[in-house]
Amino acid sequence: MNNFTYTKAQSTEEAVAGLAKNSQAELLAGGTNLIDLMKYNLQHAEHLIDINHVQGCQTIEENSAGGIRLGALVTNADTAYHPLIGQRYPLLSKAILAGASAQIRNMATNGGNLLQRTRCYYFYDAHAPCNKREPGTGCSALEGYNRIMAILGTSPQCIAVFPSDMCVALAALEAVVRVKGPAGERVINFEDFHRLPADTPHLDNSLQAGEMITGIDLPEEGFEQNYSYLKLRDRNSYSFALVSVATGLKLSGDRIDLARIALGGVAHKPWRVKEAEEFLKGKTASPENFTKAADLILEGAVGFTHNAFKIELAKRAIVRNGIMALNPSETQRPGAQPSL
Amino acid sequence: METINQKQQGKALSRLEGALKVTGAAQYAGEYSAPDLLYGHVVNSTIPKGKIQKIYTEEILKLPGIIEIFTHENRPSLAWFNFQYSDMDAPPGSPFRPLHDAEIKYYGQPVALVVAESFEEARFAASVLKIDYEKEAFTTNFTNQLDDARAPKRGFATLLKPLPPKPKGDFDKAFDESPVQVSADDYYHGTEHHNPMEMHATTTMFEGEGKLTIYDKTQGTVNSQLYVANVFGLSFKDVRVIAPYVGGAFGSGLQPQYQLFMSVMAALELKRSVRVTLTRAQMYTFGHRPPTLQQIKVAAEMDGKITALHHKATAETSRFEDYTEVVVNWGNILYPVENTKLDYELVPVDVYSPLDMRAPGGSTGLHPLECALDELAYELKMDPLDLRLKNYAEQDDSENRPFSSKELKECYLQGAEKFGWYNRSPQPRSMRRGNRLVGYGMATGIWESMTLPAKAEATLTKEGKFRVRSAVTDIGTGTLTVMTQIAADALGVGLDEVEFEYGDSKMPFAPIQGGSYTVSTVGSAVVAACQALRKRLLKIAQKANGSLFETASESKVSLTNGHLSLSEKPDVAVSFQELLTVSGKRMIKASKTNIPNPLTLKKYTRAAHSAAFVEVEVDEELGVINVTRALTAVAAGTIVNPKTARSQIVGGMVWGISKALREETITDHRLGRYMNPNLAEYHIPVHADIHDLDVIFVEEKDDIVNPLGSKGLGEIGIVALPPAIANAVFHATGKRIHQLPIHFDMLL
Repeated sequence: MNNFTYTKAQSTEEAVAGLAKNSQAELLAGGTNLIDLMKYNLQHAEHLIDINHVQGCQTIEENSAGGIRLGALVTNADTAYHPLIGQRYPLLSKAILAGASAQIRNMATNGGNLLQRTRCYYFYDAHAPCNKREPGTGCSALEGYNRIMAILGTSPQCIAVFPSDMCVALAALEAVVRVKGPAGERVINFEDFHRLPADTPHLDNSLQAGEMITGIDLPEEGFEQNYSYLKLRDRNSYSFALVSVATGLKLSGDRIDLARIALGGVAHKPWRVKEAEEFLKGKTASPENFTKAADLILEGAVGFTHNAFKIELAKRAIVRNGIMALNPSETQRPGAQPSL
Repeated sequence: METINQKQQGKALSRLEGALKVTGAAQYAGEYSAPDLLYGHVVNSTIPKGKIQKIYTEEILKLPGIIEIFTHENRPSLAWFNFQYSDMDAPPGSPFRPLHDAEIKYYGQPVALVVAESFEEARFAASVLKIDYEKEAFTTNFTNQLDDARAPKRGFATLLKPLPPKPKGDFDKAFDESPVQVSADDYYHGTEHHNPMEMHATTTMFEGEGKLTIYDKTQGTVNSQLYVANVFGLSFKDVRVIAPYVGGAFGSGLQPQYQLFMSVMAALELKRSVRVTLTRAQMYTFGHRPPTLQQIKVAAEMDGKITALHHKATAETSRFEDYTEVVVNWGNILYPVENTKLDYELVPVDVYSPLDMRAPGGSTGLHPLECALDELAYELKMDPLDLRLKNYAEQDDSENRPFSSKELKECYLQGAEKFGWYNRSPQPRSMRRGNRLVGYGMATGIWESMTLPAKAEATLTKEGKFRVRSAVTDIGTGTLTVMTQIAADALGVGLDEVEFEYGDSKMPFAPIQGGSYTVSTVGSAVVAACQALRKRLLKIAQKANGSLFETASESKVSLTNGHLSLSEKPDVAVSFQELLTVSGKRMIKASKTNIPNPLTLKKYTRAAHSAAFVEVEVDEELGVINVTRALTAVAAGTIVNPKTARSQIVGGMVWGISKALREETITDHRLGRYMNPNLAEYHIPVHADIHDLDVIFVEEKDDIVNPLGSKGLGEIGIVALPPAIANAVFHATGKRIHQLPIHFDMLL
C-alpha cells in the first residue's frame, strides 16, 4: 500500500470539488473493496476523500415518482433490512443478503456496491498480465483458469465478470443511478451504467471523471408479489456467484403481464435480454415458456475451457427461478433451499 | 503397568484458556512488542524459476523509515551443511535456505526482507523494490511429468512415515481370476493449503549478550529453537522460543517457516527486536498438501471376500526434498487381503516442498480405497457396511500382528444404528425429499496412534500448589486443558491445585505437536513426572517422620488439603509446608522422560478407528450438494475430555466436508503460480455449509498404547468423511466422481 493523503468531505459539492482538484483522488465510503485493492497493490490512490459523512446520501425515502430513493451512502445491510425495501422491493433485499458476509454488508455502501471491481484471479494478481488492470498487457484468463469468468458479452481483451448480487436485482428493477459531477447532476439508466469490456476493459462503467454516485432511484414497480433471487456458487455463503438470477413477475392468474430477468456471474455487467422478457408477456408462467426465454437470454453465449457449464446452468437457473417466483413466501424465506 | 485414578479425566471441561481467546486477551506471536521493535516485510519472487540478476535496493533504502534490506547478497554468513537446516519434520533432501543465493526455485520464494521503523513503511518499500530476473523454463504440473515418477528417498522422516510394504501373493493372477472386480486410475485431488486463521509470525526480542527470546507461531518450540541455534550458530541456551497461543496451524507449523529465519537474522544483524508477520497471500508460499493421482484395483469372491488389492499413489514433491506421506498402506491394515501390490511414487516439479496437512496421507489414501469398496459392494449387490464386516480385520494383515485394541466393529454397529443406516434403500437415485435426491454413504477411518519420547517436570511450589511443565504447544486442540486433567489425576489432586505450563522451549522437551500423538506422548510424560514427584514427596515424608510412613508406597498416599497422608489412614499426615522445610528447598521438583518401549509397541498395530455415515441432498437439475447430516463413531481408547474430544472430531468432520466439496488451491501451470491465495477465493466451509454433525465415542480399553490408554484424536475425525460423502453422492445420483473437491457443476 502506498502513502496517500486523506481528507473528509461534508457535502457532495465538496467531494466533487476534491475529485476535480486531483485526478489521482478516490472516494472512500465503506472501503470494503478499495482498501483491499490498495493493500494488494492493485490500486494506488494518492488521495482519499472520505465521503462517509456527506449529507444528502444517507437515507432511504419515497421519491416523487412513487418509487424509492436509496442514498448512495446507506449501507448494504441497512438497505436490505429497511422495512420499505423488505415490503416493496423484497427482490433487492434478497439479492443484497445473498452477497458477501454480514460484516462486509455492514460496511459496504450502495454506491460502492455499483463500483466494486471484478474478482478475476488475474486482475487480483499484480504480476499477471491483465488488460483491466494494465491496458495492453493481455488477458490471462482467456487461456487460463476461467471457471468463474464470463460467457456473454466477452471480448478478446477481457472475460471478467462483474461480481455484484445487488446490481443484478437493480438491473431487473430498472433502477436509475443518480450522479453528480463537475457539470452538475445527471441520471444514468441501470442498463447503461455498467459496460461491456470491448476494447476498453479497464472501464467498468460509464461514470465520467470526477463524478460521484449520490443515489439510486427505484421505480414504483417492485414485483413484491412474485419475485425470486437464485444464486449458485461454490459454497453456501461468502462466495461469488457462478450464476445468479433475479426474476420479477407481474401476473394475472398464471398469465405473465410483465417479466424481468437479470443474470449475474455471467458477464461484465448484469445481463438482461429484453426480447426474452417481451416473449414472456401474455404467456403462461410455465417451465416450457421459461425455457424458451432462457434460450433467448443465453443466445450467443460462448464458454471457455473451464466455464462452458455456465451456459446450461444459467438456463436451468432461469427456469427454476421463474417457478420459484410464483411462490415467494415459500421459496424466499431465510434458509430455504433453491429446490422446490 | 500402573493404572491411574481417573477423576478429572472423563470430565467434559471447557477450555481453560477459552475466555482469554474469545475476549482477545490471549497474545499471539505477532502481537508481542518491544520499545525498539522493528518491522520486517518479506519480498517474494514473481517468477517460478530462474536467477535474480539485480535487486535495486539503493533507491528503496532512501525511503523514510527504512533501516535495511536483506537479500542473498548481504545476508550474514550462515551454517553450511544441509543437516543444520533440517528440523524434526524435514523430508529427505536439501532443506530450503532463505536468501541462500540468486537461484529461484519456486514462485513466491522469499528473496528479500525490508526492515523499517514501522510496518507500513516496510510494506510499502517491499511493494516497490524492483528486481530483475533471468527466467528459466519450469514445470509445476506433475501430471504432465509422470514419466519422471520414482520411488522416494529414505530418511529420518520415513521412519515415522513408513513407505509401502512389499507386494504379497500374486496380485495380477488373483485379480484376474476373481469374479468381481473394481478398477479406476483417475482419483485425483489438487494442491491444498493449510489456511489457519492466524498467519505465521515471529517476534524476536534482542536481549543482548547473545540472547534471544523468540515468540514464534509454531507447533514445536524446541523444533524452532533447534533450527535457529543450528542455522545461526548460536548456543541452545541462548535461544528461547515461546509459542503461547497458536491460532490454528493444521501442520503448517510443524516445520520452522521463513518468517522465523527472517526475524532472527534481522534481529542478530541489527541488534534490535524485529517482528515479521506473513500476509495471507504469503501463507501460500511454503508447504501445502501435495496434489496426488491414485489408481486402485480391488477384486472379491462372490461372497464378498476381498482377494486382491492394488493401490498406487503418485504425488508431487519439490526439486529439493522428497516429501512423503503414508497413502497406500492403510488398505491391508483395514482389510485382510492375501494378494496386495502397494506403490507410492513421487514426481519432482518446480514448487516448494509439500508439508503435512490435516491427516496427511490418510485422508488422501482412504478416499479411493473406501470409494472402491463402495463400488465393490454395488457390484456384489451387498450393503457397503456388510462388505466391511465381511472383511473385518481381526489383526493387521500387512504386518501380521495383533491390534493393541480395535473396537471398529462397535463403531460400525453403533454408528449405523444411531444414523439409521439400514433405512436406506440401496438402489442409487431411489431416495428423494421434495425434488432433491437423497443419498446415504459410509466409509471407514483409521489413524495410527504414535507415542514419541517426551519429558515433563512436576513441582510442589512454596504456596503448596502443583505446577507441571512441558515445552509442548497448544495448537487449539485443548492441550492445556487435558494436560491439566491428566496431571491432576496423576497427582491425585483437584484441578484447582494444578497449573500446567507449556509452549516454551526452556521447559522439558516435547516433540512437534502433530499426528494426533500429543496426548499419548506428552500425557505419558506428565504421568511419569507426577508419579516421580509423588515418590519424592513420600521419600521426604519418610525422612521427616520415618515411622509413620515407613511401609507406605507411592500408590498408597494421598495429597489432599495441603497434606500428604496415608490413603487408608487420613489422620496420618504431614503438611506440604513441612515437606518443603525438611527438603531444605523453596520447592520440590521431579522430572521424568517417558520413552515408549519399542519392543513392546512393535508387537502391535496401534490405531484409532472410525466409521462415518453421511446423508447428502442433491438438487440434480442445479447440481447443488448439501451434507445434511453426518455422524462419526470413533474408537480411540480413553477419552480424556469428552467436550474437547467432540470438538476435535466435529472440527475434523468440517475439514472432511471441506476436502470433499470445497477447498482447492488453483494453479495456473502456464504461470507456475497459485491463483486464489486468499480466504475469499480459497473456499473453506462457512456455517451455511455445515448442518447436523454427530459424534459417538465407543468404549475401547487399551493397555498397550500408553499408560493413559488414550489414542489421540484429530486426524481420525477427517479421514472417513470425504469417501463417505462421495459414496453418498453416488447413492443419491448414480454418479461416481473421482476428483476432489466435487464441484456442483460436475453433477450437471
